[in-house]
Amino acid sequence: MRLFPVLMKSLLLVCTMAFAMMAVAQVDVFDFETAEQEERFRQLANEFRCPMCQNANLTHSTGGVAADLRREIYNQIIDGRTDEEIEQFMLDRYGDFILYRPRLTVQTILLWFGPALFFIIGIWVVFGIIKRSAANSRGNEEDQGAETAAAGSEDLTADEQARLDRLLADKLANNPSTDDDSSDDSRR
Amino acid sequence: MKNLKLYIPVFAFLLLAVFMWRGLYMDSRTLPSTLIDRELPEFELRTLGEGDQLVSNTDLPDEPFILNIWGSYCLPCLQENPIFMSAREQGLVPIVGVNYKDRDNLARDWLDINGNPFTMNIVDDSGRYGIDLGVYGAPETFIVDADGVIRYKHIGTINYQAWEDEIMPVVRELQSAHAASASASSGQSS
Repeated sequence: MRLFPVLMKSLLLVCTMAFAMMAVAQVDVFDFETAEQEERFRQLANEFRCPMCQNANLTHSTGGVAADLRREIYNQIIDGRTDEEIEQFMLDRYGDFILYRPRLTVQTILLWFGPALFFIIGIWVVFGIIKRSAANSRGNEEDQGAETAAAGSEDLTADEQARLDRLLADKLANNPSTDDDSSDDSRR
Repeated sequence: MKNLKLYIPVFAFLLLAVFMWRGLYMDSRTLPSTLIDRELPEFELRTLGEGDQLVSNTDLPDEPFILNIWGSYCLPCLQENPIFMSAREQGLVPIVGVNYKDRDNLARDWLDINGNPFTMNIVDDSGRYGIDLGVYGAPETFIVDADGVIRYKHIGTINYQAWEDEIMPVVRELQSAHAASASASSGQSS
């Protein structure tokens, strides 16, 4: 078949084109005075979300407003504003939405601690299951209550042991289908 | 106690269902504005009219008005235009335009062709004033009261339904409040 190589080639082409798109995503070039400023710019542009093309940060967004906001961040860094001041500037205008890392407020408390909460619940459930199955396999724990204690053989009183022996003997003597009869016998 | 445990999956399902039901009707495309009930950000910008004189907040109408972010490149703005035109013809409410990230000659041509519903057009070609307004794309529309405080924001196209059901009720409310305060102050002074 000649089709397969053609398919592979077109797939390769599509892949390379995808990378080409990424390369032109941010075409604006800024001149920074120090490497530290450039690093701060990169970090801030990565952490702010583009309000227009949602689910992209300012670095990767091609939206017009993203370019404006990148330039704004650049200007403010050059003006000597701190990261906190720039963040507040964005918050005042675009609200919590602009932050990829949400602030800790009453509204976002579930967002921050929800995963930990679910993790703890999960651990609790798993431990419960392990504990119960361990108790069942060992047969008797001090605190297991009457039903499980009776299931174990070591705790039987002499009377119970005698009754058990009698039942087993009955069962072996009779044919196995007369289960009900034998238990009736034992009760009498 | 044991019975209650049996119902845990049911409760979990109900909780999840409530969250997802709400999620169905949430529109993440429109961000809630942080500027509601705050003063219109200060500006000092050119107008689309001839001449280079700058206008600022003091040049805005002394009554409730609509501030519309638009551009000649913006197709939904074309849809809004007839609504704004009829509002202007009926004298319902002044509409101030902010020509956002546009070119002056293109904007003027657009107004010549489609009609100019704006009492004044502020030029924000750099988009810097748009950032102060929390704008992320035309069209966006603010309703500003007589004191220059933003009272309402609509993101996206205003169609006839949005105009009648969302915009005009707010405008009328602000206008009647403005009329009441104006008559009260004139009563005091006389």
